[in-house]
Amino acid sequence: MNPPVVVIGVGNPFRRDDGAGPAVIERLRLAGLPGADLAESDGEPSSLIMLWEGRQNAVVVDAVHTHRAAAGHVHRRLMAHRPTGPGGRAGSHAMDLGDAVALARELDRLPDRMLLLGIEAADTGYGVGLTPAVARAVDRVVEHVAAAVHELRPEVAPSRDHRPEPAHGTREGLR
Amino acid sequence: MSHRNDRSLRVGALARVEGEGAMHVRVDGATVTDVQLRIYEPPRFFEAFLRGRGHLEPPDITARICGICPVAYQMSACLAIEDACGVRVSEPVAELRRLLYCGEWVASHALHVYLLHAPDFLGYPGVVEMARSHRDAVERGLALKKAGNAILELVGGRAIHPINVRVGGFYHAPSPDELRALARDTLRPALDHALATVDWVAGFPFPDFTVDHELLALTDPDRYPIDRGEPRTSAGRSFRVRDFEHHIVETQAAHSTALHAGLAGAGKYLTGPLARYTLNHAALSPPARRAATAAGLGERCDNPFRSIVVRAVEMVHALDEALRIIEAYEPPAPPHLAVPPRAGIGYGATEAPRGTLFHRYELDAAGTVVSARIVPPTAQNQPSIEDDLRRYVQDRLDLDDERLTSQCEQAIRNYDPCISCATHFLDLTVERR
Repeated sequence: MNPPVVVIGVGNPFRRDDGAGPAVIERLRLAGLPGADLAESDGEPSSLIMLWEGRQNAVVVDAVHTHRAAAGHVHRRLMAHRPTGPGGRAGSHAMDLGDAVALARELDRLPDRMLLLGIEAADTGYGVGLTPAVARAVDRVVEHVAAAVHELRPEVAPSRDHRPEPAHGTREGLR
Repeated sequence: MSHRNDRSLRVGALARVEGEGAMHVRVDGATVTDVQLRIYEPPRFFEAFLRGRGHLEPPDITARICGICPVAYQMSACLAIEDACGVRVSEPVAELRRLLYCGEWVASHALHVYLLHAPDFLGYPGVVEMARSHRDAVERGLALKKAGNAILELVGGRAIHPINVRVGGFYHAPSPDELRALARDTLRPALDHALATVDWVAGFPFPDFTVDHELLALTDPDRYPIDRGEPRTSAGRSFRVRDFEHHIVETQAAHSTALHAGLAGAGKYLTGPLARYTLNHAALSPPARRAATAAGLGERCDNPFRSIVVRAVEMVHALDEALRIIEAYEPPAPPHLAVPPRAGIGYGATEAPRGTLFHRYELDAAGTVVSARIVPPTAQNQPSIEDDLRRYVQDRLDLDDERLTSQCEQAIRNYDPCISCATHFLDLTVERR
C-alpha cells in the first residue's frame, strides 16, 4: 500500500533553475524521509495526476516565474479539503501544474490536502546547476518539506536529519 | 471579416503541441502567399554532443531529445550502433524491445488523442473544460496513458527516459509473472478502453480535407511496423535503411532552426500515422483491423484530421501486440549481447509515434562516435505541414481572424508535431495585406 504522502519534484534539471524541484527530491532521497514516497516529474498533467491520486496528502515542489518576487523566494500554498479555487498557472511548463490541478479537480482526483511550494526561478536557460539564490531556497524547502511531512504524518518519527521545526512559512512565502 | 488589408493577428502561445515554435500565415488580398512553420527553439546540437562519446552511450543520450518518445530514440540508436558493430540481437530481445515500444505508442497516442487533440473536435478550449462534460472519456484516456506508462516502467525501468535499455538488449529482463500480472490487471482492460476510443473518435466531425503527399513509412512483411522495417512510399519507392541518406535530402530553411526534409527527386512527403496506416493496414492485428473498418477507415487515409482515428486504431494494435508478446514471453537469456566496437557506419530506423525516425552513426575502431545524424519525423513533415496549411487557409479566408486562427491551430495538431524533437509554444500569426 502506498504511503499516504507523496512528495513530487517537478522540473527539468537540464534547464538550470527549472531543476529546483528534482533537486529537492534528490536531497530528500539522500537524507531519507520516512512515511513519504518521493517522485520526480516533468510536469505532464496525466503523469502528475497518477502520482498523487489516491493519496491523502501531496507536497509538490516546482520552479515558478511569477515575476512578482525575487529569485529564490518560496511561494507556499496549502490547498485543503479538495479545494475549488484556482490552481495557479505560474509553472514553467507548457501544460503545467495548474492544468494538472484543474484537471484532477474535475475528475475528483486531488488528494485531500496538497501543499504547493513554488521556488521563484532566475534562469531557466539550457544547462545544469542552480543559481545561488535558488540553491539556497532548495536548502530551505528541503527542511520545510521534512517538517511538513512530519506534520502530515504525526505518527512517523522524524529522522535525525530532519527534526521537525515549527513551520516558519506563511501562506505567501517562506522567509 | 474578410479580405481586410494590412491586417495582422497575433495569438499567444499555441498550446497542446510538444515544443516551442511559431506559424506565420501571410495573406495578400484573397491569396495565401506564404506559410512558414518557424521552429525557433535553438538547435539542440545532439548530433554534435554525440561526437567523441563511446558507442554504448547514444541510447541514453538521445533519449533526452524527447520526454514523450524517448524509446523511439533509444531503439533507433540501438539498431544503428548494432548495425555498425555487426551484431543482431536475438528474437526474444527484439520482442521485448517491441513490447517496450508498444508502451510508448499507447502512452504517447493516449496523451495526444485525449489531452491534446479531442478538445478541438468537440469545441472545448482544452481537456479541463472537456472533462466537465466528457468525464468518462477523459477517465478512459488517463487509464490508457497509465497502461502505456506501466509497460514503460516495468520493461524500461521508468516511464520517462527509460534506464533499462542498452546497446545489445536490456540490463534486466522482467519476470514472466510480473508481465502476466500487468497483462491481466492493466493491459486487457486497456484494450477495451482502446476499442471504445476508436468508436468515440470515429464519431467526431471531420472537415472535408485531403492531402496528396507521398507517404513514407517502414514496412515489414510480417507485421505492422513499430521497431523495424524497410522504408517504402505510397508511390512505390522502397529502399534499405542503410541507403536513407540517398533518398532523404535535408536542407536549411532560413525561417526554421530544424532542417527540412524531402525525398530525392520528389520533394515533400509525410510520415506518421496516416503513412503507416496507408502502407500497412493489412498487417494490423485482427481486432485493430476490425475496429478500423467499423470506424470507416478504408485502404488509404489521406485526411489528416482523421489521424486521430488512426492513432486510436494504433492503440488497439499496440495493446493487442503487447498481450501477444507477453503471452509467449520467456525472459531472454542473456538479456543482452556483448557489442564489441569496430570501425564502421551503422543505420537504424524505427516508427516513433509521430513517424519514421532515422539514425546513422560512424564509429572508429575503439567505438568512439566520429559522426552522428538524426532525422526525426517532425523535421521530415515540416514542408508538408506548411503546404497543407496553405491550402487549408486558402479555402477558409472568409472566416474571421479568431476562427481562422483556431482552425489553423487544430490543423497543426493533426500532425502531433514534436517540435522538441525537431530542434517548444507555437505563436501563430495571420498577416493580411
